[in-house]
Amino acid sequence: MRRIVICSWVAALVGGIFSLPAFAQTKKTSPAAAKINPTEMAMAAGKLVYEQNCLVCHQVDGGGVPHLNPPLTQTDYVLGEKARIIGVVLNGLDVHEPIDDEVYSNVMPAHDFLTDQQIADVLTFVRSSFGNKATAVSVGEVAAERGKKK
Amino acid sequence: MKKHFSTKTVFFNLLSILAQTRFAVLKNTKTLYASLLVTALVSSAASQAVAQMAKDQIVNVSPAEPIIKVPSNFKTTIVADGLGKARHLTVTDGGDVYVRLAKPVDGGGTVFLRDTDGDGKMDQQKSFGDFGGTGVALDKEYLYTSSNSEVFRYKLNANQEVVNADKPERIIKGLTDKGTHATKSLVLDKNGNIYVGIGAPSNACQVKDRTKGSPGMMPCAMLDSVGGIWQFKTTKPDQILKDGVHYATGIRNMVGMDWNGQTNSLFIMQHGRDQLNTLFPDMYTDQQSAILPAEAMYELKKGADAGWPYIYYDQNQKKKVVMPEYGGDGKKEGSSKYIDPAAAYPGHMAPNGLLFYTGTQFPEKYRNGAFIAFHGSWNRAPAPQAGYFVVFQPFKNGKASGDWEVFANNFAGMDTVMSPGSAMHRPCGLAQGPDGSLYVADDVKGTVYKISYAK
Repeated sequence: MRRIVICSWVAALVGGIFSLPAFAQTKKTSPAAAKINPTEMAMAAGKLVYEQNCLVCHQVDGGGVPHLNPPLTQTDYVLGEKARIIGVVLNGLDVHEPIDDEVYSNVMPAHDFLTDQQIADVLTFVRSSFGNKATAVSVGEVAAERGKKK
Repeated sequence: MKKHFSTKTVFFNLLSILAQTRFAVLKNTKTLYASLLVTALVSSAASQAVAQMAKDQIVNVSPAEPIIKVPSNFKTTIVADGLGKARHLTVTDGGDVYVRLAKPVDGGGTVFLRDTDGDGKMDQQKSFGDFGGTGVALDKEYLYTSSNSEVFRYKLNANQEVVNADKPERIIKGLTDKGTHATKSLVLDKNGNIYVGIGAPSNACQVKDRTKGSPGMMPCAMLDSVGGIWQFKTTKPDQILKDGVHYATGIRNMVGMDWNGQTNSLFIMQHGRDQLNTLFPDMYTDQQSAILPAEAMYELKKGADAGWPYIYYDQNQKKKVVMPEYGGDGKKEGSSKYIDPAAAYPGHMAPNGLLFYTGTQFPEKYRNGAFIAFHGSWNRAPAPQAGYFVVFQPFKNGKASGDWEVFANNFAGMDTVMSPGSAMHRPCGLAQGPDGSLYVADDVKGTVYKISYAK
């Protein structure tokens, strides 16, 4: 481990001075550069799922549409217990009961055609976008809820 | 029905700007208390400085009230605001206004407005009827209002004032209210009939509403009780759906409706279907889905079928197109048994108000033409939204004639609305005053505008 670190230090130093392609390649294999940030991955993938499946109703700012589609910001539905929001994505919602004192008239269709990974990603994205700050949702948590459905 | 009658008088001259938003008023109250406290404790010089700071803060927190853009020689005034979710409205022969609220405020779902001192502001406000709703209609003897499942009428005196606000007569009951497309707009004809628009609680009559891959139901059985216009008697109490005449069918949802006195027929604005792109991404692009299908104006004669959910009207191809849930591909032409629209507008703009102008105040070209309040789209996302304005559609001999034009704009208070929740105001209801002025109701902040013409 130490050897690689030293190696990359030297490589960076030498690469910085000489900008040789061979040295630059060595740099790529350094642990810092190879490290994948899973949250960033989920956020990027989740954003894509959001744009393709959610944005048209919940809008670009997650603000929803007054009286029609509920907002995804500052609501316990999104920020609270993960099982409930996973359930809403899998099964949809057609109750027309007040959400935070406001009634929304459109139905939320079931999105069980999305994979566990896609649902985990999109919920991770929604729970930490639009001013929301809540923990990531894992594939395992989605799989557990889908299991309950069957 | 719960008894309710409350009166409040609002001093507009003092508070017209500060009362624009509840938010601003709240902040305002807080800073007011703070400055009062300071006044009692420290020297007057210091308190003046604090008061000035508080004043500056008030100016900063009040968002500028949008200036409504109208053609030259027209002027817009705000005659009332802060009413709640103001939907449709009607004006009496004496210039009083009845406004329906989607949700009752302080137990009142209908607001009566009167300008007692002739300064142009509705300083007297009374509310009554503990049920929210959209529809309202008026004749010499009765005021008609609807909830999302019932229609009531209130007896009026010679001044068209409601005589017994807590004892309306229920004339229609038990209409479908499934949350979606549930508002019931009302129109009267000249022969003692009342027309009720009953929207279908569905986007495209799929087995599973708005669900990708779910097929359209064949036939769309719900059309026997929703997705059309029903005609009832104004005089008969407690009518149910089967007491009414199934006047027209094949209409997904209709909020803007009016009786055209020149043609002596009913005109309605359909809210076209949503989500062509999300449900059929291989068939429609984001851009196509943003403008299709047309928001269509229909003239409805008895027995008319506008074709929902089997067809929609494409304003660019200028033809009826088979819905993708029913075998369409975006081009295949639909059956000719469905009526053509009287006029067509770009998609999703949500026409919530329709009014045929019969006054003489506005210039000649407006007479017998139609004003349409487009509440504003949401289904265009991720493309920018559209609507949030009042349109004028010229008419000639009872037919739409010539291009529509934007008549009143900037209700939203911004050039481009990306997300509907950010719009400051959204036009919803239209009415004509006895002097020929046009009234517009906004359901975001409950602002009522009066648009007048003066050379």
